[in-house]
Amino acid sequence: MDSIIKKICDGDVRSASRLIRDIEDKLPDAKAKIKKLYAHTGKSFIIGITGAPGAGKSTLTDALITELRKHHKTIGVLAVDPTSPFTGGAILGDRIRMQRHAEDSGVFIRSLATRGALGGLSGAAGNAIHVMEAMGKDIIIVETVGIGQQEIDIVNHAHSVVVVLVPGMGDEIQTMKAGLMEIADVFVVNKANRAGAKQLQMELSSMLNLSPKTADGWKPPVVMVGDAFEPGGFAENIAQMAKSIDEHHIYLRQSGKFKERLQRKAMAEIKEALAACLLEPVLHSLIESGELEKYSEKIKNRKADPYSVAEEITEKFFQKRSKT
Amino acid sequence: MPERKIRVMVAKPGLDGHDRGARILARCFRDAGFEVIYTGCHQTPEQIAAAAIQEDVDLVGLSCLSGAHRVLFPRVVELLREKDAADISVIGGGIIPEQDLPMLYDSGIKAIFTPGASLDSIVVWIKTNIKPH
Repeated sequence: MDSIIKKICDGDVRSASRLIRDIEDKLPDAKAKIKKLYAHTGKSFIIGITGAPGAGKSTLTDALITELRKHHKTIGVLAVDPTSPFTGGAILGDRIRMQRHAEDSGVFIRSLATRGALGGLSGAAGNAIHVMEAMGKDIIIVETVGIGQQEIDIVNHAHSVVVVLVPGMGDEIQTMKAGLMEIADVFVVNKANRAGAKQLQMELSSMLNLSPKTADGWKPPVVMVGDAFEPGGFAENIAQMAKSIDEHHIYLRQSGKFKERLQRKAMAEIKEALAACLLEPVLHSLIESGELEKYSEKIKNRKADPYSVAEEITEKFFQKRSKT
Repeated sequence: MPERKIRVMVAKPGLDGHDRGARILARCFRDAGFEVIYTGCHQTPEQIAAAAIQEDVDLVGLSCLSGAHRVLFPRVVELLREKDAADISVIGGGIIPEQDLPMLYDSGIKAIFTPGASLDSIVVWIKTNIKPH
């Protein structure tokens, strides 16, 4: 097993992609491998790109890769797309926009399906990031699934969050709402050649004047990105976007906010690991033994209530644990 | 026990922009419960092989309607072998004359589906023949 860890740390794509798959499929020894890998993680800068479906996240990610490669950064990309709640299948199509980087050995792109996770990422995203960190990638870009207002798990994983908006999605009140609007470190108004872009820029700017982030010394910049089919202007806009992200990184380091983010990330990681160590095995054994069905039957017929059942299950679990 | 999900890549090699068939297949694989990586048109065999490895797929499905399958399909198989990824199976489909089938099979393509093949027959073939890594 150690040879796998070594291969990943040497940057081997096959081993890395396989371990990411083991994590996604929840294979029992994936956890053990992550434990060994963990000491090699924590050195990459992680950028989150989020926004509504079709806003242009993948196209911007592709352009950002090109920009960052000019500066010889090595890059990992995790691109998340939704899983069907009916069949479990998924179309992972973000890669289409990024295929020109497929042969660049400095870029590793891996698609993930959400597999039921509701926060805009996949349950495997956190550990998939760790795998890419261990590979030694300088920068990891995590592109979320197309999201609405509050699928904002990305905030627990990324150091810098880019929120991509497009004109024509609603009035000023939308910018006042909690959730998505609060997590942006950099706003991108994409398709800014379209009607309504200027207005959106103004609305964001006035919203940001009241933002707690602004009070802390970082007013999230609003980067206008125009038509991707007009190469000259687009490239310039993308350079601006990359620069804004970089400036945010510098701000985080200088202000001490970077440590706060790492703390938040660590807490989220503990919660995730707890769920994997406590909740999942309990549910798993309940399903295996058929008890879950029996308990459901009781609750359905009002012979028990869900809380008493949960307490009973918890007690049994801890009794079993203390015996072993 | 947790079970492996089948991951499939659908790709169109070469100068061929007719991707309706490939898209329908990608949809159909999704509905069969597979995770489908769709990489779109105009791909070089090198791009396809590299992406297949990065995505750790079990199967690459190539679609070609331009007549270049005799060169492009075997090249993908060859590249995967070179990169120590011969365990990734390759199948193909499109406008492929009957007389080309033997050379394609000889080159390591596991199955060829030509016009008239039902979507079901392709899904059944995958479920029968592809064991996830």
